[in-house]
Amino acid sequence: MNAPNNTRFMDRLKTGLWYENPGLVQLLGLCPLLAVTSTFINGLGLGIATLCVLIASNALVSATRRWLRREIRIPVYVLIIASLVTCTELIFKAWFPALDRSLGIFIPLIVTNCAIVARAEIFASRNPVGTSIVDGLVMGIGFALLLIAIGIFRELVAMGWLLALLPPGAFFSLALAIAAKNAIDGKQKSRKLNR
Amino acid sequence: MAESSVMRSGVTLAGIAAICTALVAFTYQVTNERIAANEQAWLEQSLAPALSGLFFDSGVSESVLTIPAPHELPGADDAIVYRVYSGESPVAALFVVSARDGYAGAIRLLIGIDVDGRVTGIHVLAHRETPGLGDRVESGKSDWLRQFDGRSLSDPAPGAWRIKRDGGEFDQLTGASVTPRAVVKAIRETLQYFDANAAAIFAAEADAQDEVGE
Repeated sequence: MNAPNNTRFMDRLKTGLWYENPGLVQLLGLCPLLAVTSTFINGLGLGIATLCVLIASNALVSATRRWLRREIRIPVYVLIIASLVTCTELIFKAWFPALDRSLGIFIPLIVTNCAIVARAEIFASRNPVGTSIVDGLVMGIGFALLLIAIGIFRELVAMGWLLALLPPGAFFSLALAIAAKNAIDGKQKSRKLNR
Repeated sequence: MAESSVMRSGVTLAGIAAICTALVAFTYQVTNERIAANEQAWLEQSLAPALSGLFFDSGVSESVLTIPAPHELPGADDAIVYRVYSGESPVAALFVVSARDGYAGAIRLLIGIDVDGRVTGIHVLAHRETPGLGDRVESGKSDWLRQFDGRSLSDPAPGAWRIKRDGGEFDQLTGASVTPRAVVKAIRETLQYFDANAAAIFAAEADAQDEVGE
């Protein structure tokens, strides 16, 4: 009983981190991704905030899915996500004031991160609470790790090449990350074919 | 049939809205005090830099004066003034005001003015301006605010206390003129208020101590 559950979790984790990574593959939530990843700490902060909102919104949407009729599901998602983001903003202001000042308006803007609505619609509204929380966790980690990786990359490159900190640097960094992922996937595919 | 379905949807929505509101209200209750304390700490940290190294020997936060609304300063809520003395003689005043005509809500500003009516330093305490455009008024993001240091009501003349696009003397920010316009206007109004009321401000009794908190 336990073993298959574990392998299923590992599969879901791989899906969130790699095969369906919200940023790299689904290309969701690019606005915050491009805007705040100028440093490692900003990437980490927004990554964690998004992760928390994603888990909580998946849980709430899934818990209420039985009462959600088609015509009111979008307003309900908006309600749930907006309230959770407001709570997250208050918590950041109370316990991480410096990070809150540095991320500024991007915390309230998590509301507009389409990765969260997408997971509510695609996954949480059709699956039980437990699996939805796992989905929020793996997708959130996938998104957060991408934010952190691009943040580190841009901060390091910016020491020699200042452009990396400016908006074009964000586009180049994301493009490099996507290209690297596609290259790795392509290599694996050709290896399978050769065998 | 159709009517009852609309009814049910409405009730569901109302129910979920109530739950969400309760959630936010609860979080607000829990975080409220900490947030206020953090904001006060941030404000007190910003006081000394806004004085640009002027000499003073009074405790800055002990000389708070609240100017109750309505007043001629920018902003609709009560304005706060920190008065700075060297011995008995006044050195400068630091105003906490809100520019209300920004692009997205009020811009909280800390404006330092020395006793001769010159700007000693300006600091943006809080704002919600557009990232990458209006938010460059922040001192950490560009040195736009530095152009006001040492300026006064006669330098430039009141007519030129505007951004260049409006025929004034101050730079705007590329792609954003609403935010700089609001900030310049707030600084001008604060200088005018100080010009008219300086003597009264420095002579007034400080607020009760425990209201300020240490």
